[in-house]
Amino acid sequence: MTDEFFEMTALATSGVAADGPAASVALHRRAVLEMTQAAEDAVLAPERPGAWSASMRAAFAVRIAMLNGNVELAERYRPRIEDQDAVPLSQPENDGAAQGLAEVVAFMDKVAAKTRDVTAGDVEGLKAAGVADGDIVRLAELNAFLAYQIRVVAGLKLMRGSK
Amino acid sequence: MSQVVHKFTRNVPSWRPRVTPVDLKKASPEQLDALQVTPSNTKVSDYVLVLAHDPETLKVRSPLFNAIMYDPGGMSRAEREIGAIGASIVNRCVYCAAVHADRHAKLEGSTEVTDRIFLAGPDAELSPRDKAILDFAIKLSLSPPEAGEAEMDALREAGLDDEEILDLILSAALFGWANRLMHVLGDPVRKEPPA
Repeated sequence: MTDEFFEMTALATSGVAADGPAASVALHRRAVLEMTQAAEDAVLAPERPGAWSASMRAAFAVRIAMLNGNVELAERYRPRIEDQDAVPLSQPENDGAAQGLAEVVAFMDKVAAKTRDVTAGDVEGLKAAGVADGDIVRLAELNAFLAYQIRVVAGLKLMRGSK
Repeated sequence: MSQVVHKFTRNVPSWRPRVTPVDLKKASPEQLDALQVTPSNTKVSDYVLVLAHDPETLKVRSPLFNAIMYDPGGMSRAEREIGAIGASIVNRCVYCAAVHADRHAKLEGSTEVTDRIFLAGPDAELSPRDKAILDFAIKLSLSPPEAGEAEMDALREAGLDDEEILDLILSAALFGWANRLMHVLGDPVRKEPPA
């Protein structure tokens, strides 16, 4: 039971172990951290994924973790890219043009790292590229969840390391 | 034509979606379930109707949001709001900042702290404890996050214990999520004056 808890992404990638520092405080917010894992499952492997396959979602997760300098999280998500065609999307230096996803990749990078600069024009750009409203929301939720997960992991790592 | 609000404000604006919200009359059973629409609760905001395009995420997000902001123990509710405001300033989510400044002011019975934050942002003159909380939330919200040992030390010096620090991490991180929905999928617009 408890071991399974510490295998969840937020705990495992931040290095919070059952017998280590920050374990008891993490257990204090057990419900929140378990819901965090449920949210990860919902954005990375939904039953109805819309236009974005599980491999594409994993590739964007790796990309956004890398954009935020979080190597542990990127490596956690990388094995979930089963379709090799999605691999280039995971590389921050790849602009997605060769995959026909330049607009989508530009949108994901901007929402992840330059959130404050996002304007109505960015959403209009996706619409013009043929992305349906529901798929725009799915991209935003994936991106937004990752922003959260990255910062939970960064924070837990600080809690584990400091006393 | 309503005007988009670009500056931080205490006056909570309306939120105008950039994508078409789900039509409640045509919503699927799964969407209705995620929306928690019941015969006695049929009022749903455009924001939540936009999120209903992705019901699987919405269904897990709502209870997670409530747990992080309202579950008992740990950091006070007002201080969790400062975590939310710090993130919203970094990501320039005018709507989120207004809503959560309002919640903070109501919980504290005073607008003083949030007035100072709106006036000076990261440089706001606050009590050492509020200052350490705001500073940590802002730095954690940058991309990549920049909160480090110095900010952790400041929290501990200001008297926060581990449970409080985790609640701060969670509330600031949660608004990294909420800001990327609110600020990306819609515009804050000035409310029409009553006719």
